[in-house]
Amino acid sequence: MNSLIRRGIYPLYCNTFKLSTRYFADEAVKEKIDQIVKNNKVVVFMKGIPDAPRCGFSNAVVQIMRMHAVPYESLDVLSDENIRQGIKDYSNWPTIPQVFINGEFVGGCDIMLQMHQSGELVEELKKVGIKSALLTAEESKKEGA
Amino acid sequence: MSLSFQHGRLISDLVTRKMTSLGGVVANAIKTKLETALQTKHLEVINESYMHNVPKGAETHFKVVVVSDKFDGLPLIKRHRLVNDILQEELRSGVHALSIVAKTPQQWDVSDKVIESSPNCRGGFGK
Repeated sequence: MNSLIRRGIYPLYCNTFKLSTRYFADEAVKEKIDQIVKNNKVVVFMKGIPDAPRCGFSNAVVQIMRMHAVPYESLDVLSDENIRQGIKDYSNWPTIPQVFINGEFVGGCDIMLQMHQSGELVEELKKVGIKSALLTAEESKKEGA
Repeated sequence: MSLSFQHGRLISDLVTRKMTSLGGVVANAIKTKLETALQTKHLEVINESYMHNVPKGAETHFKVVVVSDKFDGLPLIKRHRLVNDILQEELRSGVHALSIVAKTPQQWDVSDKVIESSPNCRGGFGK
């Protein structure tokens, strides 16, 4: 009886179960990501953590955030395979890191770098009520002069 | 002695030149697809895989410099999405990192045309 279950019914049941849980898992991951990006002004999906990034591109984004002194939520995709794939599906963007501001996908490393260089990032942060440290520094320099 | 040294260097020069001009299978596919889809005015496909913890000759990490009229009027994110879409197949089947510089011919002409190499790897690849 036991072997019958193992060989016959069990795998069948298991496969259907896996398929349906897979679907629900995808939905659950999507829901989870949705909550995270909507409940935080700035979110970075990255490899590693801000204190120890495990990819040069992720590190570049962390450094940019540090320069602007942006408070942000970070998620390590290396510690959660579901999120790693889920975030790519969610934003329809094939690579990590990914930055969200105000629930909206802004871009990866290249775009963040360019926004930083062009000053656009300061403006985007301002829109969500975050004052970039670079702006503060510039202002105090002017006041001092 | 010095002759054989020179000879060796000559060969390695030749090999390097050959490698850069030929490029790999994936690099060539990327090149052809971008050229065709975007009618690029300038295109560079740089294999940066050597900077990462992957086997020699791997084609996993790329940087592309794309100059095309089709980027006219498109914000950066849409330009990147366009490139990502064209290279969808490659990104799904082994290309792991793609850094993109996307400019219009006008932007390219006034730029300093210096392409910085991507940040160093920190070992997260394949994990």
